[in-house]
Amino acid sequence: MSCSVNPYLPDMATILETVQETPNIKTFRVRLDNPDRMAAFRFQPGQVGQLTSFGAGESTFVINSPPTRMDYLQFSVMRAGEVTSSLHGLKAGDKVGVRAPLGNHFPYESMKGKDVVFIGGGIGMAPLRTLLLFMLDNRKDYGSISLLYGARSPEDMAFRDELPEWLSRKDLNTVLTIDREAPGWEHRVGLIPNVLREMAPKAENCVAITCGPPIMIKFTLQALKELGFADDQIVTTLEKRMKCGVGLCGRCNIGGKYVCVDGPVFTYAQLKELPNEL
Amino acid sequence: MESSRYLPEASLDAWLGELASSHELIVPRREGDAIVFGPYDPAVSPDISRDATAPPKSTVFPACEELMRYSSVKDADDPSRTLVRMEEVMPSGSRVVFGARPCGTRGFTVYDRVFDAPAMHDPYYVARRQNTLFVTLACSEAGSACFCHWVGSGPADASGSDVLLVPVKGGWLAEGVSDKGRELLDSPLLAPGDKYAGEAKAAKAKAMESLESAADLKPAPESLLAVFDDMEFWNRMSAKCISCGACTYLCPTCYCFNITDENKGMEGSRLRTWDNCMSFQFTLEASGHNPRPTKAHRLKNRVGHKFSYYPGLHGGAIACCGCGRCIKSCPAGVDIRQIVLAAMDRAKATSQGNTTGERA
Ligand SMILES: Cc1cc2nc3c(=O)[nH]c(=O)nc-3n(C[C@H](O)[C@H](O)[C@H](O)COP(=O)(O)OP(=O)(O)OC[C@H]3O[C@@H](n4cnc5c(N)ncnc54)[C@H](O)[C@@H]3O)c2cc1C
Ligand code: SF4
Ligand code: SF4
Ligand code: FES
Repeated sequence: MSCSVNPYLPDMATILETVQETPNIKTFRVRLDNPDRMAAFRFQPGQVGQLTSFGAGESTFVINSPPTRMDYLQFSVMRAGEVTSSLHGLKAGDKVGVRAPLGNHFPYESMKGKDVVFIGGGIGMAPLRTLLLFMLDNRKDYGSISLLYGARSPEDMAFRDELPEWLSRKDLNTVLTIDREAPGWEHRVGLIPNVLREMAPKAENCVAITCGPPIMIKFTLQALKELGFADDQIVTTLEKRMKCGVGLCGRCNIGGKYVCVDGPVFTYAQLKELPNEL
Repeated sequence: MESSRYLPEASLDAWLGELASSHELIVPRREGDAIVFGPYDPAVSPDISRDATAPPKSTVFPACEELMRYSSVKDADDPSRTLVRMEEVMPSGSRVVFGARPCGTRGFTVYDRVFDAPAMHDPYYVARRQNTLFVTLACSEAGSACFCHWVGSGPADASGSDVLLVPVKGGWLAEGVSDKGRELLDSPLLAPGDKYAGEAKAAKAKAMESLESAADLKPAPESLLAVFDDMEFWNRMSAKCISCGACTYLCPTCYCFNITDENKGMEGSRLRTWDNCMSFQFTLEASGHNPRPTKAHRLKNRVGHKFSYYPGLHGGAIACCGCGRCIKSCPAGVDIRQIVLAAMDRAKATSQGNTTGERA
C-alpha cells in the first residue's frame, strides 16, 4: 500500500491527546503511525487535512499546529454533523485516518518585515493559530503582531489554555471580545468589526488575516476598508464544502477555481477576481 | 495487422462470443423502455437500434465503487483499545464495451483530462480506463436532440474509442483506433476491409449531413461569465427545473462524486458514489450558508462548468459531448443548447447596450 500514489488513502494515525476546548469544539493531537511518514511530513501554515473517523467518514480541518512544532499534528473540530460528532467520541489511543497536507497556504514569506493583525471569530481561530504560532516561532521576521479573537461567550473561546500566555506576551497585542456581557469577563465586549475599529491597526505596511463565519467576514472587511486596508492587504480562508480535497469531486469550485487546491487561502484582491459565488 | 476489417452482420454474435471468451463483455440491452449497458448474455441480442438511454460511463466510472476497506480489531495487548486495518481495493480484469455511440465514448476524454492529468492520477479511474476497450458504433443519422457537431465531435467521432464500427452493406467496417483495438480485430470472423473504405467514408459524410448546421460556441466561455450575476436571466432559464438530477446522472461528461463510509459490523468500506450538483445539499456548508441556494445558481454552475470553466482549464475543450441525453431525459424540458445560445445572445446584447434579443 502506497499512500503517496493513491490520493484517497489516508495515513493511519493515533490520537495522543484530546482537549475539550468549548462545549462543541474538541482538539485532537495526532501522530502518523508510520514513523518514516511522520518524520517526512511537511506542511505550510494554512494547509488542511482530511480526518477520518473510520465508519463515519472524512471531513476537512485545518492543521492548526504550526510546522515549527512537529511533535504532533493538531486539529480542532467543531461538532457540526455526522463525521464531526463521531470524531468527538474518540479518545487518546484511538485511530484516525489523515490525508494531508492539502490546499495552498498563507503567504508568510511575502509578509516578512510587515506588521500583522489577526482577526478570528469562533472556530475561525483555528487556521489563524497555525500562522500565529509560526510567526511567534520566527518572531524576528515580522513587525508588530496583533490578535483580535472573538467568540459568542467566554465558554465559546477555544485554545483557552493558551490565552493567558498570548495575553501576557510583550511581543503580541492580544484583544479578546465576546458578543454580550458575561459575569467574570475582564476583556472587551462587542462585535469583532466594532472592536477592530476601536483597535484601529495602522494599514501601512500591514497585512490583516481574518477567518470566521461569513457574516463576520463581511463586516470585518468593511471595517478593514474604513481603516485603509487595500484588497491585497487582506487575507482570508474560504470554507467551501469539500470532499476529495484534490480537485476532482467538483464540489468546491468557484468558476474555474477549486478551493481545495487553489485555496483555502485567498487575498481579498483574488476573491474579487472570482465569479461572485462565495 | 490491417487497421480496417469487415464484420458481416451474420458474424456479429459469433464475434461477440469470441470477445466474451477473453474479456468481460458489456453490451447495450433493452430493459423496459430503456437501453442500458450490462453484461453480455449469449441468449439475448444486444440492442443497438438507437443510442442507449444511459451512457457507458459507469463501465469506467461506476455509480458506486469501493476505494478501500477497513476493519476494527481489538488490540491483543490492551483489549480496551481498538486498532484499525486498512486495505486498498483496486479494480482488476479487462473488459470490452460494445455498442456505445461516439458521444458516449468521447465523454471519457472529458474525464481523462481531469482524472489522468500530470497533476493528479486517480488510480481507480486510470486502472479501469486502461483495462476497458470500446468498440463504438458510428451513427447513421442524427437524433432530434443531438448536437455533437457543436462541440467539435460528430456521428463518426472515434475519440475515446478503440474500434469504430461504421455501417456498410451487410455489416460494418471495423476501424482500429488504438493498438489494443486493432488487436481485437485479429479474428478469423472478420474479413479484409479495403473494399468497404469508400462506402464507409460516404456513410460518415451522410450522417454528418443529417445534422443541422452547428452553432458557433466560441463566445460561450466569455458569455457565461458575462451573465454570471444576471440572476433574472438564470431564474428564467431554470424556472421549469425541478432539481431531479436526471441531467447529471445520465450525462456522459458529469463526474462529480461523493465519498462516504459504509459499515458492516466491525468492518466497512469507503465508497465513491456519483453526486449531483443540481442538489441543494451539494454545497451546503456547516454554518448553514449555501453558496448555491437556488436552482438558478445550481443550473448556472452546471452549464458554466461545461461550457466555460472546464474549457478555461483544459485548452478550450468543452465538457459536453452533445449527446442530448439531458435534453431528452429532463422531465421539465430544460434544454442546455437553448441556455448556452441565450447566454451568448444576452451577453452580446448587454455589451451592445440593449437587454433584449435572446433566442430562447
Ligand atoms: C478548508 C476548510 C477548513 C476547515 N477547517 C475546519 C476546522 O479547522 N475545524 C472545524 O471544526 N471545521 C473546519 N471546517 C469545516 C468542516 O469541514 C465541516 O464542519 C465538517 O466537514 C462537517 O462534517 P460533518 O460530517 O460533521 O457534517 P455533515 O453531517 O456532513 O453535515 C453537517 C453540516 O455541515 C455541512 N458540511 C459538511 N461537510 C462540510 C465541509 N467540508 N465544509 C463545510 N460544511 C460542511 C453540511 O452541509 C451540513 O450542513 C473546514 C472546512 C474547510 C472547507
Ligand atoms: S433533468 Fe431537468 S428538471 Fe431535472 S435537474 Fe436536470 S434540468 Fe432540472
Ligand atoms: S450536458 Fe447533456 S448533451 Fe452534454 S454531454 Fe451531458 S447529457 Fe449530453
Ligand atoms: S473538494 Fe473535491 S474538488 Fe474540491
